[in-house]
Amino acid sequence: MAKPKVAFFDFTCCEGCQIEFTNYGDPVFLELLNHVDVVEFREAMSEKTTEPIDVAFIEGSFSREADRPRLEEIRKRAKIVIAYGQCASTAGINALKNHTTDYKKFVYGKDSEMPHLDSQKVLGIDQAIKVDYYAYGCPVNKYEVLQIVSHLLHGKEPVIPNYPVCVECKRRETICRYDVGDYCLGQTARAGCGAPCPSDGIPCEACRGFVDQPNHDALVKVLAKRAGMPKGWAEDKSRMFTANQRGDAK
Amino acid sequence: MSKTLSIAVHHLTRVEGHGNIAVNVNNGKIEKCEWQVPEAPRFFEAMVRGRHYSEVARITSRICGICSIGHTLASLKATESALGIAVTPQTFKLRELLKHAENFDSHVLHVYFLAAPDFLGAPSVFPLVATHGTVVARALRLKRLAHEWGSLIAGRTTHPTKAVPGGFSALPTVKEFIELKAKMLAAVPDLEETLKTIKALAPAIPAFDRPTEYMALHCKNGYALYDGDIQTVLPDGDKKIYKVADYRKCTNEYLPAVSTAKFTKNRLASYAAGALARFNNNHDQLLPAAKQVAADLGLKAICTNPYMNTVAQVVEIVQSFHESLAIVDEFIKTGFKDEPLVKPTKFSKGAGATEVPRGILFHEYEYDKDGMCLGGNCIIPTNQNHANIQKDFEALVPKLLDENADEKKMELRLEMLVRAYDPCISCSTHFLDVKFVR
Repeated sequence: MAKPKVAFFDFTCCEGCQIEFTNYGDPVFLELLNHVDVVEFREAMSEKTTEPIDVAFIEGSFSREADRPRLEEIRKRAKIVIAYGQCASTAGINALKNHTTDYKKFVYGKDSEMPHLDSQKVLGIDQAIKVDYYAYGCPVNKYEVLQIVSHLLHGKEPVIPNYPVCVECKRRETICRYDVGDYCLGQTARAGCGAPCPSDGIPCEACRGFVDQPNHDALVKVLAKRAGMPKGWAEDKSRMFTANQRGDAK
Repeated sequence: MSKTLSIAVHHLTRVEGHGNIAVNVNNGKIEKCEWQVPEAPRFFEAMVRGRHYSEVARITSRICGICSIGHTLASLKATESALGIAVTPQTFKLRELLKHAENFDSHVLHVYFLAAPDFLGAPSVFPLVATHGTVVARALRLKRLAHEWGSLIAGRTTHPTKAVPGGFSALPTVKEFIELKAKMLAAVPDLEETLKTIKALAPAIPAFDRPTEYMALHCKNGYALYDGDIQTVLPDGDKKIYKVADYRKCTNEYLPAVSTAKFTKNRLASYAAGALARFNNNHDQLLPAAKQVAADLGLKAICTNPYMNTVAQVVEIVQSFHESLAIVDEFIKTGFKDEPLVKPTKFSKGAGATEVPRGILFHEYEYDKDGMCLGGNCIIPTNQNHANIQKDFEALVPKLLDENADEKKMELRLEMLVRAYDPCISCSTHFLDVKFVR
């Protein structure tokens, strides 16, 4: 059987998730190449293809209408589309400006009306095309990506957690950030990272997005009451990585 | 001679982000010769408004996936300057070690994965797995070493977690540093082989000199990477120093008449940042081992060939390796002190600079009395190099025409030139006003 053809594409993002792909080290990376054929990966290779592909990893957000045809073209020739990283999945950090309207003027001043600075409300790629699987995280968890690939190679459905990061902290016996006087978004954040941040002494910022049905009102209440966060900050807190998953996202 | 050719490289490959090359020559007359940047803008300066000082570096880290450690550190330094925070000597040392990890990591990626394929006549690293398997495996081993080295200090290398305003949220252990040292020492043969590989490829580096100004951090205690003042050197060796707080005075963003792109300049029409700029400014402070590598590879200050940036990166790989080994040894000897984060003493405005793999990086923020950010400004190395790349194009295209280069050769030479700068376009366009031809 021929090896499945895999391609990487990038839209509005920092391309850090593609970099994670180079961080596996030699045994994993070279073994992976025994099972898949990487046919397009602009950041690392000059080869390009217009042929059908088996799996398309799409990194980055859908941030301008001009990118829609390219997304549709990739969808047309890909059997499976994976939203690769948080920017592609829910727009992640790029959505942080979605609730503002003066961002262009603020950054570009008098040149802000130039057509190439066009930027709409920033969205996940599933607002333009159908997505089959999501590899969440900012950046992706590279071992979860391996699991997704491995499951697909074996004809199985990848399992992506839909429970909160708190579960993973309990499992590894990390002291709750609230108990040391900090705040945390772990109670509504999607797990799957292994909860490294609270164990390293910093709060979870929900870089993998929220679970499917987050209780955002309760989150704001806990941030204000238990962490003593000023009201405005508590209400704005979840704009960092989860702006598009808030109740007020239009 | 009369010649007509047209080059249109849309979304140049093997660089970070999206850039185009457009050259039109009609009957020997150059009608168009442009380096264009169509990357989607992301508006980070607007994103940090209203965010708490503890969140700002976590946001601006996301400007770039390759140099996210550098963005984190520049951001922390700017925030700490605005908040009147002086970090401890231990934090300073650990950040230096972290900075070395990033430059080592990124340089390995650029030299092996992005630049080398051009010299081996391959379109990417993937076909090299079959033809040069041992070289690819070696590159992956070095890449993993840098990733583990950076992760040990910062939690991870892509968007670090443990580096926060005032210090580190968690410290490594001496045991982990003993293991890191062993891994580093085990990589020595790979480093030696790297030098052999590059030495074999070096004769193929195109000859092209265009004297320009070079900007880098400078520090009297050693080859500057994490910290220092701003220094520029002219081709005749004339040096000038500026304070980081005055970074706007030497970056001088301007809008050229024929373009919509914001360029930077200082004493000459354009300046360069990056490994070559650092080498040209601070070569006499390199460790003997790195000086030896520079001599072996034919790199001599002041070098005005931009293609040699890749060689300067190899010199810096060796520099970072040896400096880091010494820092690791020191921590193994002294151990780590559990230090609380240094708290803010004021809320005002401040700037910070650090050397990222592609050159000098500036961040600046202002905070209100509650520690919420009022706004920011970031000037990125690639942003500073765009003007220099454009000026290089303007000098190189006529030279290649004189040499009777055909379209294919010219395209490859221009692509290699851009790649030599190792541009990071996602970075540069969060701020840049781009030159764009529809």
